[in-house]
Amino acid sequence: MINLFEVEETNKMIEEEQLDVRTITLGISLLDCMDSDPGRLNERIYNKILTLGKDLVKTGEDISKDYGIPIVNKRVSVTPVSIVGSAACRTPEDFVSIARTLDRAAKDIGINFLGGYSAIVNKGMTKAERLLIESIPQAMKETELVCSSVNVGSTKTGINMDAVRLLGNIIKETAELTKDADSIGCAKLVVFCNAPDDNPFMAGAFHGVTEGDAVINVGVSGPGVVRHALTMVRGESFEVLCETIKKTAFKITRVGQLVAQEASRRLGIPFGIIDLSLAPTPAVGDSVADILTEMGLEMAGAPGTTAALAILNDQVKKGGIMASSYVGGLSGAFIPVSEDQGMIDAAKAGALTLEKLEAMTCVCSVGLDMIAIPGNTSAATISGIIADEAAIGMINQKTTAVRVIPVIGKGVGESAVFGGLLGHAPIMQVNGFSCEGFINRKGRIPAPIHSFKN
Amino acid sequence: MDKIIITVVGKDRVGIIARVCTYLSEQNINILDITQTIVDGFFNMMVIADMSGAKRDFGLIADELGALGNDIGVRILAQKEEIFTKMHRI
Repeated sequence: MINLFEVEETNKMIEEEQLDVRTITLGISLLDCMDSDPGRLNERIYNKILTLGKDLVKTGEDISKDYGIPIVNKRVSVTPVSIVGSAACRTPEDFVSIARTLDRAAKDIGINFLGGYSAIVNKGMTKAERLLIESIPQAMKETELVCSSVNVGSTKTGINMDAVRLLGNIIKETAELTKDADSIGCAKLVVFCNAPDDNPFMAGAFHGVTEGDAVINVGVSGPGVVRHALTMVRGESFEVLCETIKKTAFKITRVGQLVAQEASRRLGIPFGIIDLSLAPTPAVGDSVADILTEMGLEMAGAPGTTAALAILNDQVKKGGIMASSYVGGLSGAFIPVSEDQGMIDAAKAGALTLEKLEAMTCVCSVGLDMIAIPGNTSAATISGIIADEAAIGMINQKTTAVRVIPVIGKGVGESAVFGGLLGHAPIMQVNGFSCEGFINRKGRIPAPIHSFKN
Repeated sequence: MDKIIITVVGKDRVGIIARVCTYLSEQNINILDITQTIVDGFFNMMVIADMSGAKRDFGLIADELGALGNDIGVRILAQKEEIFTKMHRI
């Protein structure tokens, strides 16, 4: 039988170390809503989200109460809208009308975010996909809860550089349209390489076309728990360090597995995957950077950071995989700058640079995430940053992403404030040399040699 | 069986166990195990109970136990057992 020590350990994780379930994300296929009439399409989308999602928030709250564990976010992801709207949408404005419908549905069921205003263009772009991408700035301006993502490359297809070039401009335009709120529109837009179909985390969640009609995916978190566990093994060998992270990740993931199974049972919707990412929040103690310092670095960004992050990411996966048979999504450690107080401090102190963050993305689960850059950064430079990140993903057969925010009207040394889970960020220096000649080339980068495995 | 874990933490005083057990008895919740210690004057108790015969929903019972804790001056938390077994047992 469970003993007092174990109960205390669990409750201490929840109360003092910010253990939580970061999100229950309900994936909904909108493929059966497709219609050639924009009005009917919007109506069907709204009705389907309401029908399947109406009990999501209440169910999340009930589970949270039963087990005494916070479930921070309840979210919905939908089929990439570029596909859903392909028959009905003739203009970018038609796509924006879908974004408004998604935003209204999200608000009416009381969720925190809705993802899937997306296009998968890693090899080529259909007319509808181009229209959707062109509609992103206006959609991000007019909506509050809708998140957008574009997949521009994969190991199997290479990188669509026409999309990369276009997105540099789209990010700038989104920043301009939302400049009154520190260009927050860009915080809801992420550019991927090798995007997974079942990621429950925002801004990149969408319900892939390989998924069923509806699915429950759960994202667990808990950097504070890992950091606390590591305070007990200061100065010990790497073996002890790894073992400690692994055991902690196992415990965290088991909680996520329990919540996922319960949500699936209560909503009558199949369980998909657990995403066992360590996702920080701006709250003190809920930081991935703090884990790195606990491992022995003075600050995140110091030499050794990439190695420390590689250990962390790998051990989190190893512990998590034992805890759940269905692990998916991104699963690893997130390093968003604005959402992690330790990262913010490191960037302010000059310990963490954009180039070091890029190196870190080679070994962590995602990429350059929630990084504020000067508002006068050129579209070509942003495309260059995306291309670099996509190349890392393509060659290393991993997911990478770019979510940078060119904060219009602000420069290096100033801060952008996004609020809530999105946090605040010091504006970081970007390499000022031009890549325009490279980015202006047309076409796509071919798939790498090691993708030919057939 | 529908097991719940009730933890009670706070400054020690007369009648904490009595009040908690009386409430559980009123709700037809059967106590399976009690562990209790005092550390530096602080009362620390864990009750494992079966609520399969309970008259009310878990949510309501958890709320009422919380309120009872406020009344006594201790913190009472009720949770379903699975969160602990999942985390600590393979």
